Amino acid sequence: MRGLIGEDILTEEGEFIINMGPQHPSTHGVLHLKIWLDGETVKRIQPNLGYIHRSIEKMSESLSYRNFIFATSRMDYLAAHVNNEACALTVEKGLQLEVPQRAKVIRTILSELTRLQSHQLWWGCTGLDLGGVTPFFYAFREREAIMEIFEETCGARLTQNYMVPGGIMYDVHPNFQKRVKDVMIQIKGKFEEYDNIMTGNVILENRLKGVGYLSKEDALSYGVTGPTARASGLSCDLRKSNPYSAYDQVQFDEILDTGGDCYARYMVRMREMRQSVSIIEQLIDNIPEGDFQAKTKNVIKLPKGEFYQRVETPRGELGVFIVSDGAASPYRIKYRSPGFSNLSALPIMAKGGKIGDLVAIMATIDLVIPDIDR
Amino acid sequence: MRIFLSYSFSALATFIHSFLAGLISNGMFLLVTEMVITGVSLIVFLVLLCFFLGYMERRVAAFMEIRLGPNRVGPQGTLQIVADTVKLLFKEGLTPDSSDKFLFNLAPFIMVVASMLVVAPIAFAKDFQLYDINIGVLYVSAVSSISVIGILMAGWSSNNKYSLLGAMRSGAQIVSYELSVGLSLISIVILSGSLSLGDIVKSQENGWWIIKGHIPIIISFVIFVIASTAEINRAPFDLAEADQELTGGFHTEYAGMKFAMFLLSEYINLFVVSAIAATLFLGGWMPFHIGGLVSFNHIMDYIPSSLWFFGKTFFVIFIIMWFRWTFPRLRVDQLLTLEWKYLLPISMVNVIFVTVMAIMGWHL
Repeated sequence: MRGLIGEDILTEEGEFIINMGPQHPSTHGVLHLKIWLDGETVKRIQPNLGYIHRSIEKMSESLSYRNFIFATSRMDYLAAHVNNEACALTVEKGLQLEVPQRAKVIRTILSELTRLQSHQLWWGCTGLDLGGVTPFFYAFREREAIMEIFEETCGARLTQNYMVPGGIMYDVHPNFQKRVKDVMIQIKGKFEEYDNIMTGNVILENRLKGVGYLSKEDALSYGVTGPTARASGLSCDLRKSNPYSAYDQVQFDEILDTGGDCYARYMVRMREMRQSVSIIEQLIDNIPEGDFQAKTKNVIKLPKGEFYQRVETPRGELGVFIVSDGAASPYRIKYRSPGFSNLSALPIMAKGGKIGDLVAIMATIDLVIPDIDR
Repeated sequence: MRIFLSYSFSALATFIHSFLAGLISNGMFLLVTEMVITGVSLIVFLVLLCFFLGYMERRVAAFMEIRLGPNRVGPQGTLQIVADTVKLLFKEGLTPDSSDKFLFNLAPFIMVVASMLVVAPIAFAKDFQLYDINIGVLYVSAVSSISVIGILMAGWSSNNKYSLLGAMRSGAQIVSYELSVGLSLISIVILSGSLSLGDIVKSQENGWWIIKGHIPIIISFVIFVIASTAEINRAPFDLAEADQELTGGFHTEYAGMKFAMFLLSEYINLFVVSAIAATLFLGGWMPFHIGGLVSFNHIMDYIPSSLWFFGKTFFVIFIIMWFRWTFPRLRVDQLLTLEWKYLLPISMVNVIFVTVMAIMGWHL
């Protein structure tokens, strides 16, 4: 088949190549996917990264152990609290610092609030990607309330920079407990609305069920983590298996699904939102009094060695690996970001599907591009 | 006073005709003048209507999405759409270098002309119809399918892979859904025994078809609304545009007024299919009559016929907008499955029911 300007628009194998991104409405950022199509059917995908690489890892080598944490707010910008917490935990591990109980509980509450708002944004964007604009506004209504709590707590809405080695930067605002409780009541009442507009919809179920299947074995071998892996039946919730902060003090179950398709991933996240509310409700009345930050030296120096800590972000497992040579800034830092590994499974999930399926799969993996590229 | 109360426009038309006849003696020239006047006023009416539909869509969307919608430009934001049109007018109507320039520039006009042509046989009020063609229903379904040529032309000539995919999708979609639309139209034609839209409205004098026709006609009405939503490429069937998949589909490369032409034709199409649905199933300009209740029918007659027509049309328009803002989009294979495996067999069986009903005289 010949195109208008005379050049062949099909490859020799009869495939039609389109480039989705780096500017495309459904890639949620500057991800570039090269797609080989047979009609509407996706035959092969090649993700192309690097459009938003800011070399955060290299930059951190010249920053102090207090400052490098703040760069991580720009990685997974929907989970800045959790990223900061991962770095703070790694530094604390290196210093063998005991964090006050109050800071631990507040960190956990903020992490769960982060998970809640991240999943809400994901829910809205999934609706948007599947062609329904309305869920986006419903999701933002409740998300806004959580963002206001963040704003009141630490002055920022997106790049919070609130967790520091030893605890949290400042004590929480006096309104914190009351506001969080109010928002939890508000959100609990809205879950039914979410289900009414999206979950029970027959078009949505048709679009998601049986689409983008990921087997448990594939999830394991591609290093997929987070809700994406748990929807395939792979138990990987670090809050349960390797509890950090105050996760060992709360009652919750790891949410697993065996479907492995987009609908299972959708349902896992919907259930995780309810679970986050329950975790926050268990902790919010039990914030212990005391210090919010352990005493640290002005210039933090980690002992010579290698330190690794992983946490569960809304998207999966975030690992922070620090190599220290005993100086005031890290010798080498490596982040194991959930988005990168989850993206690597996209080609096998989307193979054989339609273009519409590809969009649904990308939506349910919940990609945040700056997290993939760093 | 009697003429006024009958809300008939024939007196006005006769007055204009005799006024012009006094000025122009040549019969041919008189006809052309009248046609030009009618055409220009129709285009002005449709453009104003599209302004209103654009405003209505934004307000309906805002209502669904718990936000306010346009409320700054003009009273209650009514002039927002005018401001947007002015903006689009000043934009550069870019033609891509490697496109087929003639077809690229022709496509938007084909779309608009195709959708405007369908308006001809619609009766807006009692005795207010541009041209009561005796094969009105056939004319409507034939002319409305010209728009697929415009879409294919736009998609092909843009020389963009997304546009091409969008155009191919819409080709498959419109051609398939036309069958269901046609079969639902036929069920009304069977009952009323006429293809002329004027006669179909008159046949509903003692009850609209959706009431008189029992369940089969309700099924036809539902199928008509679903299938015509697909035929005019609106969500949840807007696969030809599908911004999240194809970044705009067949009109990806269009900008400025050429893009506005596509929007114009979309809104005219929306009005047309709603008007057809109102005419065929909901009685058109015919007031709500119940056979036998003379005094009740008389009271209903006091509401102007144009109000009845536009009320019904906007009711259908609201339903179609409601679809758009609450449903996710279908996938391309599901779209065709819905038509070929569900809607088409159901309409075929339904037409048989309607035929039996018409033969046995079971309808009221």
